[in-house]
Amino acid sequence: MGRPVAIIGAGQTKHGNRSEITYPDLVREGVKSVFEDAGVGPDDIDGVVFGTMPSMMEGVALTHFYFADALQAVGKPILKSETCGSTGMSLALTGYYWVASGMADMVLVVGSEKMHEGDSQATMTTVAEPFYLRYFIAGAPGIFSLQSKLWIDRYGLSEELVRDAAAKISVDHHNDAFDNPVAHIKKKLTMDDVKNSKVVVYPSRLWDICPNSDGACGVIFASEEKAKKICRNPAWVKGVGYSGEEYWFDDSDKVVWKSAINAAKQAYKMAGITNPIEELDVAEIYNPFTYVELLHYECFGFCDFGKASDLTLKGIFARDGKLPCDPSGGVLCTNPIGASGLIRVAEAAMQVTGKAGDHQIEDAKLGFAHAMGGASQFNGVMIVGSEL
Amino acid sequence: MGKNFETLEHQVWLPYKFSVGPVFNRFFEGLKEGKILGNRCPKCNKVLVPARSFCPECFVDMGDWEEVSQEGEVVTWAQANYEFFGAPAEPPFIGALIRLDHTDCNFLHLVGGFDLSDIDAVKSKVKSGARVKAVWSDVKKGHMLDIKFFEPE
Amino acid sequence: MIKFDKKGNPFIEAEGIIPYETAVGPTWHRFFEGFKEERIYGTKCPKCNRVLVPARTFCPRCFEDMEEWVELHQEGRVKGWALVDYEYFGMPTKPPFIFSVIGLEGADCGLLHLIGGFDLSNLETVRSRVKTGSRVRAVWEKEKRGHIMDIRYFAPID
Repeated sequence: MGRPVAIIGAGQTKHGNRSEITYPDLVREGVKSVFEDAGVGPDDIDGVVFGTMPSMMEGVALTHFYFADALQAVGKPILKSETCGSTGMSLALTGYYWVASGMADMVLVVGSEKMHEGDSQATMTTVAEPFYLRYFIAGAPGIFSLQSKLWIDRYGLSEELVRDAAAKISVDHHNDAFDNPVAHIKKKLTMDDVKNSKVVVYPSRLWDICPNSDGACGVIFASEEKAKKICRNPAWVKGVGYSGEEYWFDDSDKVVWKSAINAAKQAYKMAGITNPIEELDVAEIYNPFTYVELLHYECFGFCDFGKASDLTLKGIFARDGKLPCDPSGGVLCTNPIGASGLIRVAEAAMQVTGKAGDHQIEDAKLGFAHAMGGASQFNGVMIVGSEL
Repeated sequence: MGKNFETLEHQVWLPYKFSVGPVFNRFFEGLKEGKILGNRCPKCNKVLVPARSFCPECFVDMGDWEEVSQEGEVVTWAQANYEFFGAPAEPPFIGALIRLDHTDCNFLHLVGGFDLSDIDAVKSKVKSGARVKAVWSDVKKGHMLDIKFFEPE
Repeated sequence: MIKFDKKGNPFIEAEGIIPYETAVGPTWHRFFEGFKEERIYGTKCPKCNRVLVPARTFCPRCFEDMEEWVELHQEGRVKGWALVDYEYFGMPTKPPFIFSVIGLEGADCGLLHLIGGFDLSNLETVRSRVKTGSRVRAVWEKEKRGHIMDIRYFAPID
C-alpha cells in the first residue's frame, strides 16, 4: 500500500482578479506561501508536481516549463497533471503516490489558474471533440446543468424542494466565505436572490454557479520521518480514491454516479471508514454548481439517494450541522480551476490541524476532500486526518 | 505524396488578455523610449535583461533597475529559412543569443541589417563573438520589435 | 499594444488561432454518410450486445470492435435537458438553445442533440413543452453536408 504520507504545509494566494501581476508571479506567491507555512525551502524539495486546467486557458502550452522558476523546479524531477476540474486532486494524488512509493521524501504540489487571461468556457469546450459534442456541451454550465436536470428528475421530487435546497447551499456558502480571508466571492444573499437570479443554463442560475477566479495553491507532502522531524502538527493522508467513466456522456449513469461513488468507496476502505456521516468531521467537496453538490452528498454516502435536498434544508450539511460541507465557501465562491481541487485538500488539512482560522470546524479530526473533472467524467477523493 | 485521408478542418480560436504586470510594463515603457532595461538581483548581484520580477536562482525580488548597453556580442545564432504562423519576421531571418555588455544573461533577438540570402556572406559577418548593436524602429510601440534587429559592426 | 483595465492594470490582447485537420476515420465517415440519407446509425458490441450511438469503432467497456451497424429510430424520449442562455467566444451553436440526452429507440445510450422547433424565449413556455419523458423526433436540414447539425433539432411530438 505504500508508506505513510503527511501534509506538512499548505498555502494559498489571495484568490480573485489578479490582473495586477503576471502568471509566474502569481504561482510564486502560492509557492512562497506554502514554504512559509511548512517552514521549508526550495532545497528541501525532492520533486515538484504541477498542473492547471486545459492549458489553452492562458495560451501558453506546457505551463510547468513556464513556471520552472516560480516553482523552483530547476534541477528537480517534475510531473504535470491535467485532468480538468479534478486537476488539483490528481496533483495531490501524484504527490502522495510519489512519497508513498519511497522515491521522494518531500514533494511540492502546486495548482494554479489565471482565468481572467482567457475565456474559460471557450477553453472548457475544447474538452469536447469537434465532430459531435462540441456543438452541444456549452461549457461547464451547460454539461453540469444537464447533469443537474437528470438528477432533479430522477427521484420524482418536487422541483420547488430541490430548488430550495440548491438555493440554501448558495446562500450558506457565499456567507461562509466571509470567514475565509482568501476566498473570491463573499456575499450576503437571500433564497429569493438566488432563485430569481438570471438563468445561465436552466436549471442553473447565476448564483448557482462558481466565479472565474485567479489563484494558486501549494501543498507539501512528506514522508513520516521528515514530517515527524520538522512538523509539530502534520495532517496524515488516510485514504485516497480516483475513478472515471467512458468519454461519451451518456454511456454511464451520471445520477447514481459510479465514478463518484467508487472514488469515495476506495478512500473509505483505505481509511477504515464505514459510516461517513458519523465518522467524518468536515468535507470539502468540489462544488462549482449547487445542484451537483447535492448529487455528490448522495454518491458519497452522506445520505440515501434522493434525500440530499431534505437533509440540506434541515441544515445537516451547514457549518453548524452534523457534517459541515465546504466551510471555506468551496468552489462556488472561489474557482481557479487548476488549483481548486488542491485547495480542497489544503482546506481539509487545515481543518484537521486546527489551522482554518475563522472558518475552523471545532475538533475536526477527519476531513474529506474531493474534486471532479471533465464533462462529468472523473472523481477523486483524499481523506486526511490528525492521527497517523 | 500518398493517400488522401478525409479530415475535418476546424479551428480552436481563443481570446486572451495577458496580464503584463509592473515589471514587464516598465521594461516595455523603456523600449518606447529607446532604452533596454534590466535589473539586478540584490543577493547574487547578477544583472538580468529583460528585467524580471524575481531572480530565478535566488528566488528573491529583483532590486535596482539599470539601463543596459545596447551593444554586445553574439553568443550563438541560427538562420530560419522557412515560414511559420506567428513568426517574428519574414524568412530568411536570424535569431541570436546576444550578451549585451555588462549583463549576466543572454538576450534573444534578431540579427540583421544586411543581405541574408547569401549564407557564406552571413557566416562571415555573424559568428560567436561578433559585436552587434541595436537598431531601432522609427515608431516605437512598447514591443520587443521596437528594436528592429541587432546589426553587426 | 499594451492596454489598461478599469483598475489600471496593463494587459496585452491576443488571439490564439490554431488550425486543425482532424482525421475523420471510417466510423465517423460512415455515420455521417448515414446522416446525408437521413439515417441515424449505431453500432452493436458483439460481446455485451449494447447498441451505442453515434456509431463507435469499439465498445468502451468490452474493448471489442463494433462492426455491426444498426439503423436506429428517429424518435425517442427525453432523458434530461438544459436551456442554454449565455454565450462564450466562438460558440458553435448560438443561444438560446436546448440540448438534451435523447434516448432513441434501439440504442442503449442517449444521443446528445438539440430540442427545438418552438419559441425558446420564455422559460415557462419551454418547461411546458419539454419534459423529461417527452417524445421527440428528428427534424432534418434540407441541405446535408455529413455533419452532426444535419439534424436541425429534435422536435416534441405532441
